[in-house]
This record gives sequence, structure tokens and C-alpha cells, in this order.
Amino acid sequence: MKLNIEGLLVYFPYDYIYPEQYSYMLELKRTLDAKGHGVLEMPSGTGKTISLLSLIVAYQKAFPLEVTKLIYCSRTVPEIEKVVEELRKLMEFYVKETGEANNFMALSLSSRKNLCIHPEVSSLRFGKEVDGKCHSLTASYVRAQRHSNPNQPVCRFYEEFDAVGRQVPLPPGIYNLDDLKEFGRRKGWCPYYLARYSILHANIVVYSYHYLLDPKIADLVSKELAKKSVVVFDEAHNIDNVCIDSMSVNITRRMLDRCQTNVDTLQNTIQKIKETDAAKLREEYRRLVEGLKEANVARETDIYLANPVLPDEILQEAVPGSIRTAEHFVGFLRRFLEYLKARLRVQHVVQESAPQFLKDIFDKVCIDRKPLRFCAERLQSLLRTLEIADIADFSAVTLISNFATLVSTYSQGFTIIIEPFEDRTPTIANPVLHFSCMDPSIAIKPVFQRFQSVVITSGTLSPLDIYPRILDFRPVTMASFTMTLARTCLCPLIVGRGNDQVALSSKFETREDFAVIRNYGNLLLEMSAVVPDGIVAFFTSYVYMENIVASWYEQVCVGTCVAAFGSHRRWVFLTAAVAGRIRLLVFRLQGILENIQRNKLIFIETQDAAETSMALEKYQEACENGRGAILLSVARGKVSEGIDFVHHFGRAVIMFGVPYVYTQSRILKARLEYLRDQFQIRENDFLTFDAMRHAAQCVGRAIRGKTDYGLMIFADKRYARADKRGKLPRWIQEHISDGSLNLTVDEAVQLSKHFLRQMAQPFRQEDQLGLSLLTLEQLQSEEMLQKISQIAHQT
Amino acid sequence: MASLSEEVLLVVKKVRQRKQDGTLYLMAERIAWGPEGKDRFTVSHPYSDIRCQKISPDGKAKIQLQLVLHTGESTTFHFANESTALKDREAAKELLQQLLPKFKKKANKELEEKNRMLQEDPVLFQLYKDLVVSQVISAEEFWANRLGGMNHGDPAPYNNKQEVGISGAFLADIRPQTDGCNGLRYNLTADIIESIFRTYPAVKQKYSENVPHNLTEKEFWTRFFQSHYFHRDRINTGSQDIFSECAKQDEKGLKSLVTQGVKNPLVDLLSLEDKTLDEGYGISKTLPSTSSANKSVKESSNSAIIKRFNHHSAMVLAAGSRRGDVPTDQASETSSTDGNSRDSDFFQPPLKKVKLQEAIEYEDLQRENVPKTVALNLKKSDRYAHGPVPLQSQQYTTSQDIINSVSYIRQEMANYKPSLTRVMSSTTATSAIAALSPGGVLMQPVGQQSINQMVPTDIQGELKHLYIAAGELLRHFWSCFPVSTPFLEEKVTKMKANLERFQITKLRPFQEKIQRQYLSANLTGHLEDMFQTAYSKFHIWQTRRMMRNT
Repeated sequence: MKLNIEGLLVYFPYDYIYPEQYSYMLELKRTLDAKGHGVLEMPSGTGKTISLLSLIVAYQKAFPLEVTKLIYCSRTVPEIEKVVEELRKLMEFYVKETGEANNFMALSLSSRKNLCIHPEVSSLRFGKEVDGKCHSLTASYVRAQRHSNPNQPVCRFYEEFDAVGRQVPLPPGIYNLDDLKEFGRRKGWCPYYLARYSILHANIVVYSYHYLLDPKIADLVSKELAKKSVVVFDEAHNIDNVCIDSMSVNITRRMLDRCQTNVDTLQNTIQKIKETDAAKLREEYRRLVEGLKEANVARETDIYLANPVLPDEILQEAVPGSIRTAEHFVGFLRRFLEYLKARLRVQHVVQESAPQFLKDIFDKVCIDRKPLRFCAERLQSLLRTLEIADIADFSAVTLISNFATLVSTYSQGFTIIIEPFEDRTPTIANPVLHFSCMDPSIAIKPVFQRFQSVVITSGTLSPLDIYPRILDFRPVTMASFTMTLARTCLCPLIVGRGNDQVALSSKFETREDFAVIRNYGNLLLEMSAVVPDGIVAFFTSYVYMENIVASWYEQVCVGTCVAAFGSHRRWVFLTAAVAGRIRLLVFRLQGILENIQRNKLIFIETQDAAETSMALEKYQEACENGRGAILLSVARGKVSEGIDFVHHFGRAVIMFGVPYVYTQSRILKARLEYLRDQFQIRENDFLTFDAMRHAAQCVGRAIRGKTDYGLMIFADKRYARADKRGKLPRWIQEHISDGSLNLTVDEAVQLSKHFLRQMAQPFRQEDQLGLSLLTLEQLQSEEMLQKISQIAHQT
Repeated sequence: MASLSEEVLLVVKKVRQRKQDGTLYLMAERIAWGPEGKDRFTVSHPYSDIRCQKISPDGKAKIQLQLVLHTGESTTFHFANESTALKDREAAKELLQQLLPKFKKKANKELEEKNRMLQEDPVLFQLYKDLVVSQVISAEEFWANRLGGMNHGDPAPYNNKQEVGISGAFLADIRPQTDGCNGLRYNLTADIIESIFRTYPAVKQKYSENVPHNLTEKEFWTRFFQSHYFHRDRINTGSQDIFSECAKQDEKGLKSLVTQGVKNPLVDLLSLEDKTLDEGYGISKTLPSTSSANKSVKESSNSAIIKRFNHHSAMVLAAGSRRGDVPTDQASETSSTDGNSRDSDFFQPPLKKVKLQEAIEYEDLQRENVPKTVALNLKKSDRYAHGPVPLQSQQYTTSQDIINSVSYIRQEMANYKPSLTRVMSSTTATSAIAALSPGGVLMQPVGQQSINQMVPTDIQGELKHLYIAAGELLRHFWSCFPVSTPFLEEKVTKMKANLERFQITKLRPFQEKIQRQYLSANLTGHLEDMFQTAYSKFHIWQTRRMMRNT
């Protein structure tokens, strides 16, 4: 249908529209008009992506000079591909409606691992290996060597691309990862470099967060993107952690050892080169003196590692004299390394700020701040001069130099924590130096400054006002949309008590409590009997899940407390005095899990990703073939972040406990302190916010649309409190009735039965029409517009 | 004698059958017995015909072996060689024991198939009763036509009977009972054993390796339950267990499953992240990767439990879908081998595309493509059940219409000229007029008494069966034409005889019965007609053949 969004003609590739989609587009348009930033929350499954794309594409077509490019950032590769497919659908609709050929060019960009078509390189398993191998085939000196030595292997795809690929721009069209590969194969061009080159003139770029937020990558890839771009961060509920991750460094003793060998290798190589090709080193020196690094037209393939700090922090001066010669620099690295080693030899925990660290390093080994700042830059130059092929091997020394640059660049927002051992194992020495970023706004600041509109959106962004605060920006629009529903297809229940009235909670004091664990088990067991197909259960942490699973495995589900002793774990010896004689009876108790197995198969997330993938696939298979299954998983784990459980893959989600982050961690404590001092956010507020966004993420996995339905069971009495409940997204909150705040297991089962029976009735399009689904005519009616304006919840 | 070329597996002399001395031969496909001094077998049974063998109890004077056939007949052999009788019998028994199951499956399959078909299809069963049990045609004739058709036709709806899966908790269902002192008693049923075998092929292998030779069945299962394979979460049990190998094998299977990876790209956690942070960057999530050594015993046993559950569920799932999936499995295997080859990407996209499309689809936003249907909304269901009530004619004619038509008819009549060359004979005309007058054949009030109201239901049912049986016979009969082979000639004659027999044994009694009940309607007329057509066809064919022969 064609929509009129405040005077903008928007093509929307469906026959119907959800009211909230219309409302979302209105808000988005206002954001773009104001050339400002926006925070928009809309439940997943209400077609957020297509609304975004429809509006922004229409805007781009209407005002080609105002908005030149859309940069769409998503989190996972499947998400990226989904976005491109939706875009394809939209463009096909445009072609059909207008009859004009498509003149838009949209493409997705991913790492080499996903785009490489070189037969040997692409067969490598890990991204790092692929990158390293690619570099060894495409670096400029490798290609230069080929002129003299034709046997030198190079990548024919890159050669071909380099020869002809740049002259003709990529023809208009929608290019997903596979399309790029296919195109690359047909032309014999390297799809990765083609994509990297093409994003400069593409109308729409879809890639992952890191290409904008991680300065190490952003500098390479996204440096030249136009200022008049609209940036969208989808699934942005975790964006602060991505920012922090991209700026933080951890150094272990193993890393230092590897670094030592790296430095030795560097030394040897320099020695060798000195004997054979001293001119090269002299040339480098000259270049560094002149500070003309840029003049050495760095070929795209050479810049393997960029500066870890943000572009506006990089000094535009010449490299200081003390590290200009290669030997001096290696000596400098050695000194720095020794210093770090010494620091890691501590017996107690040390926490200090960056200036303190710098002062200490100056006092101890006389390393100045300035050369440290150039460390990353200088190493890059050296590695290039030495023509080192296996860059991947030098990750350790790169890490150290990046750390050096970071620590000397930022005096605020970072903390250094040296822990001599892990908290859980105080006897085993495992010293780690955490250089941890506490301020997510540092990494994202350039994005806000550079691009005219940045939209942060997700299904769960509540409470909305916290994001602008922790990311330090001023949005022009902030809105949360609810899901209009013709039938209440989600049923959030808060189970606060067991059938024996024991309060359910995963808080620290009671989490090991036998009664709580047993009641959790009973909840799962009872649910497995009434819920069809798939159930997903989330635990607060991996360790907690392991413990609970182990005790469920042993526990009896009937509440009789049995004194268990003896060496066997599944056999409980009961003593009973019968007729004055002690007789030993042996019972094998039925574990809770075994009882659950009668109803459904059990799959459990493990720490191994490959194993979990297999379990996930089997889980889906079991749901598909009607047997039904339960997936036990972990909040904050990979499953909770990236996998959707649509329709029968997740008819119920059970959240066991409140997924608080591990609060004893020193890094977290430092961050909380920082948040309190800098942003006036109280510790508890942040912790609750963080726990609730993860809980919302977990339970939100089950509802992926209006035709979908699912139970959301919060099994912890703390969810009933207003401060917790209030931090859930509005679209979940408004369905929690006062009656379902503190249910027992039995009550929850009864409510679930009722809900599931209702939901199992046929649900047709007509039932939705006019309420949660609108035709164009309905949309234009005065009354409906009135209603729609209420959907957006302004804050 | 064809048997000469057969492989003779065992020869036992001095075996009596019906008080006659002779020699027993066990051959590759049949068992045979010939009287002494004759080179002819008087008894010969293919193994597939044998249902079971029975032996006389130990200590009985006569050492005998009885073969019971599927037909219910039995043949008894008496081993009469005094010194070695027992040994001979044992040898024969052992050999039969090995041979019979092989053939049993084949025979049983056919038998089962027939049985199943009869059970599933009541019409067929009735037909079988009508034709075979009443000995109109023989069972072979009946099946000859059927089974062939079944096998050539679409076997899917018949063979795809849904298989019963395995309960996820079958191991938990084995409830041990105490036997009063410190022992335990496990009750294993055939179902549970089957479940164990299907879920854990490794155990089955162990079973087939060990059971007859090294262990008795009981010992085997005792060991199974004692072994840590069953209580796998307990670590550090002895390694001399026969099941430790199973555990290893399972581990291997699990590993290979994991390395195979997943087909659905949307659940592949490995390729979820686009660019993972390099080692050393990011907030450390304290992965205990480096500290596997300092993992406590408890932790590692916990993760063993988790692994075990995943594995168990996967195995149960696989066991349930193993048979149905064979073709798709092959397909996936070939594609996975392709996947290892260089062109993997050419094969990968379809599934991925499908999954992606599925993921971005909003079914409710799209107009449904199917033509809109109106849901049936019954206000009065009895009216629906009883069919439409005849309404009064709704066609009203205006007076102008009537006047017009009258004048038209008048005009026609005025211009009417009889063409006398084409008039009917007077008799036909009268009969036609009679038929059309009130009370005539053609003027009977329509639908007043339809045949199903006139005829009682049991007669109707009987008639239906007759029709089906007759139809079947006629099908057999007509399928012989054109008669091109001597076999068909023979069959057609036989079929004719069958038809006649059917007419006499079935149709006639039925007709008489109808007459007795004074049912006027000629119910069997059409049947008779069909028979007559068949007979005349047969006569024409026969006379032609006679003429050709003479």
C-alpha cells in the first residue's frame, strides 16, 4: 500500500499495516526531519525492520540531498541477512508499483569469513585465520614480490578486482552476502573488497555494529562514509556493552609470554633485514620523521590493524624520536613488556586509574606518555616495513601496543584492575590485567557527532531514558510503542511461591535452598505437562543452571525430605527400624528431570557453541515432529541473545530468577561507581535495569508476531515489586494483571491451561482487521488516527 | 531333480517320518526328507513356510523334531539313530534356529502385509470372506491380483504407517524393586530392551557380540545396569567394563554430530557473530577455558550430566525418526559431502534462503491469496442435516407472459402440419400415452419412495457386498481379455466357472430371499445383466476359438 506519512509518500510492501507501524514511521519521520537522534522501542514481531526501511527509503527518494545513505547496523549475521531480504522485498514492491527499474544499490558487508570465495582461504574455520591468510595473499609487498617471482601465490580474485573492479560501480540492486559471493564468482572478483569498496557509493549499507563502534575496524571500513547518513542500530538493547567491549583489553600472563616471542621475532627480522636491505629501514625512518605516514598511500589490504583509539584522538604529529628507529622501538616494547610482567606479579588486587598507571610507568621504567600513544601506530608501520606475512601470529604484541595507546590516550572513563587470581580459586595464580572501559559513550560519541541522524531501536529498550544517559546524547524523539492486539497473545505470569508457599527467588541467600530448587523443578515439570511443543527455560547463570540440573537429576519430585547419605548419589539408603531390627532398604528415587522426560525431551545449553547449536537444532526438530522439547538455557548466553523461538518453538518461556549480573566482579563495581559519579545513576537502578532488560530479552524470544502466542513465566517473587516490574517493556507490563503478581505453581498452571486453550482456537485475519491490522481505508479514518496517536508512548 | 544344484547344509540319516526310515536334508532354502532307498523327497518345505520348530522334551524316549507350518499343518521327524539321535537332533535344531529367522522375516512380511490390508480395509475383508472363505476363488488368485497392484501402485499410503517413537524416559521407567535383602530386581520388558537397542546401537552391538557366547542374557543386563554406562554421571569407575567402550563410542558419535554442524543457519551459534573480538579484547567473561584442570570434580560431573541429557535426547529423537528419514538422510549426506567440497556455497543457499524468507514473513500483513471462503455458520443444524426443504416455486409469470405464450401456441397450432411419413405405430403411441398418463410408469411421483426407503438396510448391505464381490470377480474375468496366452485361457475358463458358481451360491439365494420378502423392485437385474454380458463375451470368445481350432 501507499501511505501518506505527514506528506511523505511511503511505499509499504504489504496489503495491511499494523497501527503501531504507522505510528513508528511517524516518529521516525520526525526524527529525520529534525536531523536528530532517536530512541524508539517497538515490540519484536511487529515489523519494525520493514517500517524502518520503508520510511527511510521513501525519505531518501524524496530528499536525495538530505539523506544520502542509510547505514543499518544489526548484531548477528542472520539478522543482517534478514534485513537485506526485507529490503529486497521492499524494492521489488517499488518496481512493481512504479514500473521503474530499481536505481538503488544496497549491500551487506560482513567479515572475510563470510564473504571469501578463495578456495583455500574460505575453507578455514575461524575468522582470524581467514583474515590472516587473506592478508598473506593480498598484502601489497606480497603482490610486489610477485613481479619478480611469479611463483609467489596471490589471490586471483583480488588481483582481478584490483585490475578492473574499481572502474565500474556495482550495478544497482540488492546484494545479500550470498549475492555478493555469486557476483564475485561470476566476475572473478573478490566479494569482500568489492563490498568494502562499494559501501562508499551504496544507498544502503547493512553491517554489524563493530564496523561503526569498534575503532579498530571502523577506521578501516567506515571512515569515508558520508556525513549525511542515517544510522540505525537495531536490537540496540545491548549497545552499551558492545561499546565497552570494543574499547577494553585484558592481558594475561600467557599473552605476555606470546608477546615476548613476538618481540623476539621482530628483533630477529630487523636484524636480518638490516643485513640485506637496510635501505628499507632507513626509508621507514625518513617517513616517520616527516610524519608522512599518510603519504605512503596505504593500500587497503595493508591496513590490517588500525588504531584502537577513536579517530579524533589520534595525534596528527610525527612519531616521537625515541621510537623512530626499529631497534629503539623494539627495545621500547621490551621495556614496556617487562614492566607489565612485573605488574602482573602482584599478590593482591590493584585498582588504579590511567593517570596513576602512567605515573607509575614513568617512575619505574621511564616510559613517557607520548611514545606510548604512538605505540599502535608505530607497530603498524614496523610490521608493514618488515613485510610480515602471518600478521595473525602477532596478535599478542598488537594487543599490548593497543593497550599502550589506549591507556595513554584516555585519562577518563577507564580503569585498570590487576587481579592475581580468580575469586573462585584463590589458590591458583592466574594474574590478569583488565583495562576496562566504563563509559560506553566514548566509543559511540564519534557516531553521534558525525552522522546527522542516529536511531537506536529494539524490542526492549525500557526504561527509555537510561540509554540517552549512559550513551550521552540528546535525542529529539523518544517513544515506546505497544503492540495492539486483537487477542492477548502473551500471558506474563509471576510465580512467587511454590505449592508449599515457599517463596521462590534466585537471590543469593536462597538460591542453594533445597526447597527453592525443588519448587523450580516442580514448576518446570508441571508446565511440561500442559504446554504443547517447545518450552524454553532460562537460568540466571551457567553455574546456577549446572547446579540446578544436577540437583534436579537427583531430587525426588514429591516433597518428602529424605535423609540421604552414602557414597552413591542416585541410590538413597533409608534406614528404618522394623521389628527391632535395622534393615537397609534401597530406593532409587525418581529425579525431576526423569519425570520431565516423560513429557518432553530435554536439551541443555552448554558452554561449547558447536554443541549448543546441535542441541538447538535437535530441539527444533523435536518441536517440529510433535514430540515436544525443553531447552534449558542461560540468560546473557548466546541463545538468549540471538535465537528466536517462533510459534511452536517456544510456547512458554520460563525465567528462573532475576538475571542479575555477577555483582562481585570488580570491573562491574568500578563501572557502577563511574555511572554514579558521572551520570548520577544509582547502582541499584542500573543493576535492575540491566537484569530486567535481559529478562525481557529472554521472555521476548517467544513472541515474534501477532499470530504467535506464548506464556511468559517469571519465576521469582522479586518480579512483583514495582521497581522491577516497572522496568519491563511497556508491551509486556500492560498485560501483567494484579491477580498474577504472586502466583503459586498450581495457580500458574491453571492460568496457563486456560490461556493455552483460548489461544489454540483458530485466529483469522478478519479477527484482527480494524483492531490490530488496518487496511488503507481504515488507516485514513479520523477515529483510527486518533487512536494511533495514543500508541506511541512519549517519554 | 532341481535339488541337486542346491547347497546341502546338513544331512541326517536314520530319521523317521510317518514310521518310515529316511534321510533329512537341510538345504539352503528348504528342508526335505526322502525315504530310504529312493531319490525323491516326499516331504519338502521351504523355510519360509515354516512357522516354528518344536522339539520333544529331554528325557522322552522318542527324540523328535516337529515343524509347524504357517498353514497349521505339522510334520514330525523322529531321530532314530540310537547312539547319536540327540546329537543329530541338536544339530538340526541349531541349524534351523539360524536359518528360520532369515526366512521368517520374508514370509512374515508378506503375511503381515496381507493381514494388515485386510484389517485396514473392511471392504476388502468382506470381499475376502465372500470370495475366498466361501471358496469361490482361491486365496492365491485373490492375492495375485491384489498384492501386485499394491506394490506397483503407490505404496506410500500403505507402508507409511506411523512408527511409535521411544519414550524419552524409558530408562527411568525401569523401576527396580527390592527383593527383600540387599538385591534389586529390574523388570525388563521386550519394549524396554527394544528401546535401549534403538536408542543406543552401541549396546545392541555389544549384545550381539557377547550374549550367546560369553554371557547369558541375564548376565548381560545385570552388567548393563551395574555399569557406569547406566550411571554415567558417576565418574572413575573401572575401565574393564564391557560398556566403557560403548560410552567411548557414544562420545565419538556425539563429537561427530557436533562437528557435522547444523543445517539451519539461523541456529548456528558459531556463525552468529560477524566479527568476534580478538582474544584479549573486551570485558572478560571469565571463561574457564584455561582452568579446566582446576575444575572441581563436582563441576565436571555436572557438565557430564548435561552432556548426557543432550546426547540421550538426541539419540531418542534419532531413533524415532530413523526409519522415516532414510531418503532425506541420504540426500543430506550427499549434500554434506558436497558441502565439504569446494562448491559448498552453491548448495547451501536454498535452505538458507527458505529459512530467511520464513523468518521475515508476516502472514497477517499479506492479503490471503486463496479465494475468500465463507465459514459455515449453522444456525439450525437439523435443517442442514435433513437437506433442503423443497420450496414453493418462486417463478411467477406475469399475465402478459401468459397471454403471449397462449397466442404463440395458438399460432403454432394453426400452422401445424403433420408429417405423416414419420408417425409412430399405434401400439407404441398408446403405450407412450399410457406411460405418460397419470398412474403410468413415467408419471410415478418422483422421489416419493426412493429405493433406499423401500428396501430394508440389511438387504441393501447384502446387495452392496454382492456388487463388490461380483465386481471383483468380473474384474478378474475381464482382465483376461484379450486372451493371448495359454495361462490366460485357462484363467478365463476358470473365471467363467467362478462367475457361474457365484451366481448359483450367492446371487440365487439372494434373489430368492428378496422374493420371499415380496420386494417388487428388480434389485438384481443389473447384476444379472453384467453376468450375461460376461457370459456372452465368453461364448463369443469360445466359439471363435473353436472355429480357429477346427
